[in-house]
Amino acid sequence: MAELYRRFGGGLSTIFVALVLMWLAGMVLAPNIMMVDYALRPNLPPAQIGGPNDVYSLDNVMYLANEAVHRSIFFKTIWASAFVAFATFVVCYPLAYWLAQHATPSQTAIALLALTIPFWINEVLRTLAWYIILAFRGPLNALLLSLGIIDEPMRWYGNGGVLAGMIYAYILFMLFPIYNAIESLEKAQIEAARDLGASTWRIHWRVVMPHAKAGIATGCVFTFMLAAGSYVAPALLGAPGSRWFTEIIYNWFFEGGDWNRGAAYALVLLVLCLVVVLVTLKLARVNLTDVAK
Amino acid sequence: MTATDRIARFLFAFYMVAFFVYLFAPLVIMGAATFNTSRFPTVTPWQGTTLQWFNELWNDRAMWQSVWTSMVIAFFVVLIALPVGTAAALILTSLHARARGFLYALMVSPLLTPGVVIGIATLVLWRQLGVGGGVFLIVVAQASFIICYVMLMVAARLQRFDRTQEEAALGLGASKVMVFRRILLPFLKPALIAAAFLAILQSVENYNTTLFVRGFDTPLTVFIATKVRTGLTPAVNALALIMIAITVIGAIAYEVARRRQAAAAAQRAA
Repeated sequence: MAELYRRFGGGLSTIFVALVLMWLAGMVLAPNIMMVDYALRPNLPPAQIGGPNDVYSLDNVMYLANEAVHRSIFFKTIWASAFVAFATFVVCYPLAYWLAQHATPSQTAIALLALTIPFWINEVLRTLAWYIILAFRGPLNALLLSLGIIDEPMRWYGNGGVLAGMIYAYILFMLFPIYNAIESLEKAQIEAARDLGASTWRIHWRVVMPHAKAGIATGCVFTFMLAAGSYVAPALLGAPGSRWFTEIIYNWFFEGGDWNRGAAYALVLLVLCLVVVLVTLKLARVNLTDVAK
Repeated sequence: MTATDRIARFLFAFYMVAFFVYLFAPLVIMGAATFNTSRFPTVTPWQGTTLQWFNELWNDRAMWQSVWTSMVIAFFVVLIALPVGTAAALILTSLHARARGFLYALMVSPLLTPGVVIGIATLVLWRQLGVGGGVFLIVVAQASFIICYVMLMVAARLQRFDRTQEEAALGLGASKVMVFRRILLPFLKPALIAAAFLAILQSVENYNTTLFVRGFDTPLTVFIATKVRTGLTPAVNALALIMIAITVIGAIAYEVARRRQAAAAAQRAA
């Protein structure tokens, strides 16, 4: 701090500190603390707020644990988000490897530009595109019918549609960290492994992937978090039988009218994401500083 | 070349084609559906080519209202995010390692928070203060995480700043405020422009956070998502097509500018 004041003088430094304090205290910490407060209080009519019934408890969180439908949707959201992360990894890895190790500089430049274009376009529109493709009378069914792969149009909206839309939406968050990680691998290491008789599979499993571990962990963490916290894809591509945890949270706020319970569910989602992020990064020995790149 | 090599090569080529088809087919189909007469946006069956949906889009008052709302929000988000993000980056660079690690974790934490949670947390705090959802809360909620991006971009550029320039200016009698305005800010300008660009994009495209704090206001993404529920026509595709065109042009322009800058920097270094 003293360094800051020495460099910019009293006036400027005070402005800087005030701005950042306003952000961190007022826009980051206070909202989250208030959310925890909401989550731990019961939903009471205005007259009873501050009264004898207004005590802290874990009732709202326990409600999630005891309500079978919500609980199963919560666990489905976790494993489905993990699946999205894994599937996105499988889709991206070969391309990331090729870009980092085999492509010429101009091929890389063109491929990276082509890759970024769909991702400058916003998530709602990307999801809308899948909504159109997967429609009952849409292009995908028409194509599969004309190829004779299916005899009757399929209903794609639901879990399948949600996963397809999510994998599509998060490709870039997976591709770039892996690409960056593999790029720093010396070609000589791969050649050495090959000369020593390792199969292609073994080279990837024992040489490339361990080297790219940090990038893979970063990509997976981001994809998992984005998937678990997504609202667009389940809302547009889902079916009544494929609800996502975020949709339940939304309903507590805007249909069920129980903000306290909604805040408790949101808190559970936040804790889940933080645990997954921190544990994965710890296991892969990645620093938070490297993640944000 | 052995047979297995040939198979591997073929498989990889197949994968590459499939990947890029997967990447672009949705956008192409969405764009193409704009020109189909069909009331529901699709390309199968093709019922006739038309430009009527652009017309319909042009006359959609509610849509233009939502575009305006999004622009207002983006403007204020940039107005908040640039100074705060810059201040955050400057404070971060002048701290000792240990304090820096802690503050850094706190500053990037919004990026590791699901968007819906940011919206909800902002909503409950401000309800306590008697403020309901609307443009104001959308700006506050979006800025709380967009500041992180600005901070990261400014901090990245600060790492290459040569402090001796500041010392020279001070030695020549400039005041500290003057050094900041005339030396540091001009140095940061490219990063600030890029950050503003990114902030506008992030703001306009945000949905998950915005949805919870919007109150009765309807920014563009909410408008589009609502349309899907209440009656989607290719007019929305026309809008998507225009946005895609703008973003593609913007992305290419950004890329070209970035490369030109990199080339200029390389030349200066040589």
